[in-house]
Amino acid sequence: MSTNTEFPGPVKWVDDRLGIAKIGKKNLRKIFPDHWSFMLGEIALYSFIILILTGTFLTFWFKPSMAEVEYQGSYSLLKGLHMSEAYASTLDITFDVRGGLLMRQIHHWAAVLFIAAMMVHLLRMFFTGAFRKPRELNWLIGFGMLFLGIIEGFLGYGLPDDLLSGTGLRITNGMIQASPVVGTYMNFFIFGGEFPGDDFVARFFIVHVLLIPGIILALVTAHLFLVVYHKHTQYAGPGRTQKNVVGYPLFPVYTAKAGGFFFVVFGITALMGALMQINPVWLYGPYNPAEVTAGAQPDWYMGWLEGSVRIFPGFESHFWGITLSWNLIIPALIVPPAFVTLVALYPFIEGWITGDKREHHLLDRPRDVPTRTGIGVAFITFYAMLWIGGGNDLIATHFNLSLNHVTWFLRFAVILGPILGFWIARRWAISLQRADHDRLLHGLETGVIMRSPEGKYTEKHQPISTYEAYSITARDRLVPHEIGPDTDENGVRAPRRALNKARAALSRFYYADAVQKPTTQELEEAHEHAHDADEIHELTEDTETYREVTSDRS
Amino acid sequence: MSEKRPSLSPARFLSARRRHRSAGLVVLLFGLLAVGSAYAAFAPDNAVADNSAQSQQIEEGKKLFAVGCSSCHGLNAEGGGNGEGKMAGPSLIGVGAAAVDFQVGTGRMPAVQPGAQIPRKAPAYSEEEIEALAAYVASLAPGPSVPGSESYDVSKATDEQVTRGGELFRTNCTACHNFAGRGGALPNGKYAPSLMGVSEKHIYEAMLTGPQQMPVFSDQVMQPEDKRDIIAYLKALETQKDPGGFGLGRLGPVSEGLWGWFVGIGLLVAVAVWIGAKGVRAKGAKAE
Repeated sequence: MSTNTEFPGPVKWVDDRLGIAKIGKKNLRKIFPDHWSFMLGEIALYSFIILILTGTFLTFWFKPSMAEVEYQGSYSLLKGLHMSEAYASTLDITFDVRGGLLMRQIHHWAAVLFIAAMMVHLLRMFFTGAFRKPRELNWLIGFGMLFLGIIEGFLGYGLPDDLLSGTGLRITNGMIQASPVVGTYMNFFIFGGEFPGDDFVARFFIVHVLLIPGIILALVTAHLFLVVYHKHTQYAGPGRTQKNVVGYPLFPVYTAKAGGFFFVVFGITALMGALMQINPVWLYGPYNPAEVTAGAQPDWYMGWLEGSVRIFPGFESHFWGITLSWNLIIPALIVPPAFVTLVALYPFIEGWITGDKREHHLLDRPRDVPTRTGIGVAFITFYAMLWIGGGNDLIATHFNLSLNHVTWFLRFAVILGPILGFWIARRWAISLQRADHDRLLHGLETGVIMRSPEGKYTEKHQPISTYEAYSITARDRLVPHEIGPDTDENGVRAPRRALNKARAALSRFYYADAVQKPTTQELEEAHEHAHDADEIHELTEDTETYREVTSDRS
Repeated sequence: MSEKRPSLSPARFLSARRRHRSAGLVVLLFGLLAVGSAYAAFAPDNAVADNSAQSQQIEEGKKLFAVGCSSCHGLNAEGGGNGEGKMAGPSLIGVGAAAVDFQVGTGRMPAVQPGAQIPRKAPAYSEEEIEALAAYVASLAPGPSVPGSESYDVSKATDEQVTRGGELFRTNCTACHNFAGRGGALPNGKYAPSLMGVSEKHIYEAMLTGPQQMPVFSDQVMQPEDKRDIIAYLKALETQKDPGGFGLGRLGPVSEGLWGWFVGIGLLVAVAVWIGAKGVRAKGAKAE
């Protein structure tokens, strides 16, 4: 491009030194497919940028110190009280720094949205099967960011050293101490002695503002690089195959869309920060281990852990002078890590069960793989039940229920709910598959009833559009994993027979009951039959015009 | 021993009879007589109607009690059963006027129905009627009286006192009533009610008498000026505007999370759908 185009002076100057024309030529024409669900990850990215901007502002005034000071700022209800410098400087940011409260609130709302957006994005990946080969590693990177984001949020929640966050830290401190053998040592290591000690704010601060944001930033880079490298997935449609990407170029379409969306995200976050009060630390008061408040909850993303601990029965065992707090070990140290690992490794688990080693660039619809959809709904239900448990007190008071009834309901619902959710979602997906199958073979019901000369009544059916037919039939045929013969031709028993049998059984479970898409022959026969029965009347449609660009994946 | 009996002096007589089988009973009777006389001499003379207006008020209170309260609390406030072996209302002997003024003044009594906890509602009795009921219950046995307005007047509270009240509030009250006095859950359908919109007097009386699930913070446990400071802090909280915008109920992170998901993510996804629908393709024929 630079050979036959004359750039304006400054652009040429930069191009001569950095070669931006060559990079730009390739990347500005990068094709991205168009769908609203592809923009969920963008919300997370933009929230992260807002977090860095507002967070930097806050560091100018926040003092990460546990030194005791007497508050003399302008909030009269706490004047003269002794508190840590961290808490006092948070009050100063809130009441005495111009724009400080707004920045604090934008920062906090952006954190709420950052993690929520990552989770919504993860759900989109899950239900469309976007994690399949070759994107398993990007799933792990994304998962790592979600995990780090949650830790990051929790550390930030602890920094102001107010009564609420102190109570939350106290619970975390209890969870750490509950780990057998190493708990006490780990606790001393993290807090530099007995809880709360004088060290944690300074330590949390540097992890919060430097270490974790740095790692997240590196992971964001890797994540986006892989998106570009793999090229974006797309939903099935005419002209869209595993080998191409149909969409619009980055410049100008997506620079406008994504750039505009950034400002919308920033605008909405700023509006929330301006209008909706979040984390009113001045109401909580300074942290004092002797005090506690009702309704002490963590931010939403830690709520499921809180709920897990809240609804678990109070089991403890004592022997040889040792106390094992099962009421913390199981709900805080076993169940959440196990669940999180299961989600993180899901792409590999599904890949192993189905034995699918192919690359996938066309996305599934949730109905296309009913068992995966069912598992996803079971995960959501499990998470939601624990999440509700985290707010069991507010649910009890606001819906006039007994706290004990809410807790007992959740104890059962956390186990039965996912089973029920799995079953309903899976059957629902299968029903949708059957409906699709019907539309494909028999067309749309028109509601027009025809009477034939011999008195027979039939309903007119119209064939569905080519676009829809293509979209419905683009999915794979789901074939259970083949177990293979017991012995090879020399009579030697195949290795890992039991494992393979289990795998085949899981694979059958995965694909059992799923409706296979019709073969070409079936389709033709059905249409043939329909024509004979005078059921299908071709629609004269205007030819659709697509002005999207197709780009090869290779 | 028998020949010396007629010549016994009183002291020797008592000494010699001290092991008599009825000696203990005699001593007990003497003791009761002495304590009873001393009590009658020194104790405040509540039961005796020295003031006709007061006795009239008690009479009126007794009538009101018989109509509105006795079905549960018994005809003489001795407490009553519900006929199935369960208590319908506790004994009110010794609860004092402050308890009556709180329970009836906040509308909790008379209760609509038994339950885990009797909720606050609009009071059913007028000021005078409440005073009469309180006078009647107070006449049964001594108990905490209705505090005078000087003990809960917080209009002249200094910043220092308010701050002190906040510290006392966080130490003694927030565990159940929440950091902003918005209330919280207790086991089995019970709850710590919201303290918003409760009068100074009623907050004071609640601390003094410990209604329903609440512990009693008597004047020995919590000095009257401590109580006043706590009330001063609560009133300051109540009138304080939320500097950050809508307070979201001052309930903490649960309501924040709810708003973040429904308003924040909800709006952003709606915008994403809108942007996704806006595009080059929207000019052509709709695809699906």
